[in-house]
Amino acid sequence: MAQAVPANQKWWGGGRSPFNVEYGKLMMWYFLMSDAFTFGAFLISYGTVRFSSNGWPDPNHVFSSFPFAGSMHMPLVFVSLMTFILIASSVTMVLAVGAGHAMDKKGVMKYLFFTIIGGLMFLGCQAWEWTHLHHEGAWWGRNPFLNFDGTPSSTNFTNFFFTITGFHGFHVFSGVIINIVMLIMTWRGVFERRGHYLMIEKAGLYWHFVDLVWVFVFTCFYLF
Amino acid sequence: MANFETTTQTEQHSEEHGFDTKAIWRTFWILLVITCIELVVGMFIAPHYHPYKLWFNILYIIFTAAKAFYIIAEFMHLRHEIKNMIMTIAVPALLFIWFIAAFLWDGNSYKHLRNNYDPHHKEQTTTPVKNAPAHGEHEELPKPGAVH
Repeated sequence: MAQAVPANQKWWGGGRSPFNVEYGKLMMWYFLMSDAFTFGAFLISYGTVRFSSNGWPDPNHVFSSFPFAGSMHMPLVFVSLMTFILIASSVTMVLAVGAGHAMDKKGVMKYLFFTIIGGLMFLGCQAWEWTHLHHEGAWWGRNPFLNFDGTPSSTNFTNFFFTITGFHGFHVFSGVIINIVMLIMTWRGVFERRGHYLMIEKAGLYWHFVDLVWVFVFTCFYLF
Repeated sequence: MANFETTTQTEQHSEEHGFDTKAIWRTFWILLVITCIELVVGMFIAPHYHPYKLWFNILYIIFTAAKAFYIIAEFMHLRHEIKNMIMTIAVPALLFIWFIAAFLWDGNSYKHLRNNYDPHHKEQTTTPVKNAPAHGEHEELPKPGAVH
């Protein structure tokens, strides 16, 4: 069964990498894989608790405000704007990667700058939403909202909402920091001297992952 | 090390021709349109048909899966990697199928057990709060003859 193999047998002799991607990029993929399971565990525990509850607040009622719109009832509009901002910043990130392939330093800097602005806009929106909900009396351990059918709601709703959107917001924040570092490195010509902009691709993978997680957070909290 | 450097150089060269700005913008429009449909359904259509919430949720899951596919395949470029690379990501991700099914099933089972064996809990969580009209109550009941 077990074949005798000399201890120093080399299974792969080097040369072209088996996955045809750079080592760092492959490891970024595996890191994102593990991070996906972290977020998955968060969202699935939220789902489990929600499935075990007799009632749950109505997202159309809880998330119905828009900045400066006063008492106008605009459910989901604000959070859709946030989704749009994140998708748009994903596009500028891909364009930065594309400019990196073309060794276009100015293009990389321009698109990275737009991506950073998009990330900051998203964080600003989230800060507004959190502040607004806080003013309405919602926070960890406090839930002013009733369930859809008028029954009393537990604090599970607010606890999960603030924990999961907070964890995602922290990822957005780290992504913005990473992109700022990338912008400074590009500006100082580090990648130009290195001969390739592969580092931008790795930062890009992380940024797209943050966008990907938001797609699921959006569905789980605002649509269901 | 020398081998590695040459590998990166050739990869870079071959990908340079593969970078397609048009595909990126097409993906952007697809994602935007899906989000807009979700918004319209969630805002204007679903609130009027609350008894059919389950079907709307299935619709949202389909839309979410489509968006996730486009982000991973195009933005993260995974579709254009070689098959073995795709498989090392896709196969472990299949664990999510068990993960979601098992835990939601468990939550649902716990709800039924608790409602059966803890009448106090059931009464507490199914009696509406007094003097607080349930919003949505007026539109919760299906209108007679409503088309769905």
